Amino acid sequence: MSVMTYREALNTALREEMRRDPRVFVMGEEVGLYDGAYKVTQGLLKEFGDKRIVDTPICESGFTGVGVGAAMLGLRPVIEMMTFNFSILALDQIVNSAAKICYMSGGQYNIPLVVRGPGGPAAQLAAQHSQSMETYFYHVPGLKVVRPSTPADAKGLLKSAIRDDNPVIFIEAETLYAVKGEVPDDPDYLVPLGRAVIHREGTDVTVVAYMGMLYRALEAAEELATEGISVEIVDPRTLRPMDTETIVGSVRKTHRAVVLEAGAGFAGMGSEIAAEIQEEAFDDLDAPIERVTGENAPMPYARNLELLKTPSKAKIAAAIRRVCNR
Amino acid sequence: MITKVLMPKLSDAMETGKVIKWLKKEGDKVKGGDIIAEIETDKANVEIEAFGSGVLRKIVVDEGGQVPVGDLIGVIADPADDIAAVTAAPSKPAAPAAPSAPTAPGPAPAAPAPAAATASRPEPARREPLPAMESYQSVPATTGVMPAPSAAPASAVAAGGRVKASPLARKIAGQTGVDLRLIQGTGPGGRIVRADVEAARAAPRPVAAPAAAAAAGGPAAAAARAAFVIPPRPEAEYEDVPMSPMRAAIAKRMPQSKAPVPHFYVTSEVDMDAAWALREQLNGLEGQPKVSVTDMVIKAAALALRKNPGVNAQLSGQAIRVHHRAHIGIAVALDQGLITPVLRDCDVKPLARIAVESRDLAERARGGKLRAQEMSGATFSISNLGMYDVEEFSAIINPPEGAILAVGSVLQKPVVDGGEIRVGRRMKTTISCDHRVMDGAMGARFLQDLKRLLEEPLRLLV
Repeated sequence: MSVMTYREALNTALREEMRRDPRVFVMGEEVGLYDGAYKVTQGLLKEFGDKRIVDTPICESGFTGVGVGAAMLGLRPVIEMMTFNFSILALDQIVNSAAKICYMSGGQYNIPLVVRGPGGPAAQLAAQHSQSMETYFYHVPGLKVVRPSTPADAKGLLKSAIRDDNPVIFIEAETLYAVKGEVPDDPDYLVPLGRAVIHREGTDVTVVAYMGMLYRALEAAEELATEGISVEIVDPRTLRPMDTETIVGSVRKTHRAVVLEAGAGFAGMGSEIAAEIQEEAFDDLDAPIERVTGENAPMPYARNLELLKTPSKAKIAAAIRRVCNR
Repeated sequence: MITKVLMPKLSDAMETGKVIKWLKKEGDKVKGGDIIAEIETDKANVEIEAFGSGVLRKIVVDEGGQVPVGDLIGVIADPADDIAAVTAAPSKPAAPAAPSAPTAPGPAPAAPAPAAATASRPEPARREPLPAMESYQSVPATTGVMPAPSAAPASAVAAGGRVKASPLARKIAGQTGVDLRLIQGTGPGGRIVRADVEAARAAPRPVAAPAAAAAAGGPAAAAARAAFVIPPRPEAEYEDVPMSPMRAAIAKRMPQSKAPVPHFYVTSEVDMDAAWALREQLNGLEGQPKVSVTDMVIKAAALALRKNPGVNAQLSGQAIRVHHRAHIGIAVALDQGLITPVLRDCDVKPLARIAVESRDLAERARGGKLRAQEMSGATFSISNLGMYDVEEFSAIINPPEGAILAVGSVLQKPVVDGGEIRVGRRMKTTISCDHRVMDGAMGARFLQDLKRLLEEPLRLLV
């Protein structure tokens, strides 16, 4: 077990998988000579050379398409989006090619492709670079969508994503790159896709949260513990496939649920989780499910407005108190 | 053939009805005329029978469900019929295609109505035509039993009568037998949540505790010496009891009378010595039905109405409808409200028959077994609170009628008779009149005639 940053955990995962499997290669903007815009690929060019660490022109649709083709022919590409907001340019390759080729070829081609990079709100990256891009992908059958919240999960989930035979959208968070945590050294340490984790056990309410929201939920839970509200926090980790069983199991225990989401709430992951809960555990609910989501607006650049748009600890705590009837 | 089963309109006041019981299950074969369900109206329970034959394909409104009159509650059809369109679409026909319904003068065509007055039956203008082709008819309730008034209900009960409780609270209540209607919800908007159900389960039974204390208290002397302790009491200071359908109907209907109808009141005292004596004489006759004071008042009122047709009248649109027959509504007090069954043609019925029929109606009213047609069509009503030892009171007119007579107790009191004071029996009656229809003098003349009939009670027998 080592203590390392989220960024180092990702770097370790890439390095271990590239050592383990010569078919794995990394491609993207500035992943090589510059060591990655966020230094996730630091040192990889030196170790693996420019055949396996490929700098590309600024053309997301192009290099993502190359990745899909390489995957069809048996390689296991890891495509880096400098930020996931840029993946919009590659949507056609991801949605129409990567997600559907296995289905449309009658299973002749698997697409063992990982598209990874940072997404979600950060610090004053403004409207175009602060989006919770997972919403664009988890709707698409054929894609797996991962949002790892801790260094250990970042490592274990990225390795699982690379070893998976299907396209995986792997969205990191700029705000988490410097977060430190204990990470197993085992080169075969894997966190299975589609498995949620309970970060904090509690008895009064289940809070479902991932990425930055997870950390705010943990802070809110601390505060609420002093008020006698015992909060259980579930991190789905993989948004698709979703580990409904763990979430619903927790709600069956606590009888109340609050779902957090950094992006706008309309038709978001919070809606999906709330729907799943009421379908599976209606008779166990003692209160309506609440969603706490980002405001329905483009992300403002101004720091004060940015803070207002994203769910705060106070907002989260208020929602938890409401469902607990406090 | 597909036959819709609709919530029937069983009385003028009926706007919604509740399905108490389905006597057929989905999939059961049904013949026209079979009794298929029991409906609770605001006044009584009524069985409804199938109009068409086939299979009861779908129960749309489950037992306990309450829906507006005319709503689809079930579908009878052949097994092969596709009933999706019927159950999906709103049940009311877009327009009454057949001309028959709007022009129908009386109640539902199926009503047998012997001498029972379809002609003079008041038809409020707003009454919606029953879709005649759709399938039910009311039949006498034979086994219908008024549901026991809910024990001591409370308050997360929403306007529609639905108890607001979280799904979990419902589940736990169902498992533990806690009656959600008895619980005060503490959640948002009064919602009953798990904690409320658990608290209700844990709460000591209010009666048990003092009893136990007394048992443990030993000899009476010791008990007397013991400090006074307030026995455990229920935590809630009050409770909101949900209205029974009947209470709700009364609550809705009375302001419709008292507010728009300008009431005036005329009171008169009647010397009841002769009537009392006659009644004792009649009741001493072997093999004759017992006659009550109310029966005598009914008879007297009916005769007085015939003499004063202006009081046997009601507002009908721009006209005043003067009734030629005297159908008397008799207010009968029930635990959960009151009801006015109608005794028809009281002006021509002998007193003995009125006695028999009024007793029968009152008994069946208390049992919730009145037929729909027995609860409508009164031209005048009488409310007698004499049995409660009241001197006098005034009543609210039961719309659309034009007047109501309030009858007090027959009291013994000092009366002046030929310059002497003696003990006499007196009864005060107050008539409430709709001033739009009649004036004070008319009401007074009616009372004068009523008084004369009761003071010379042989007139009731001839």
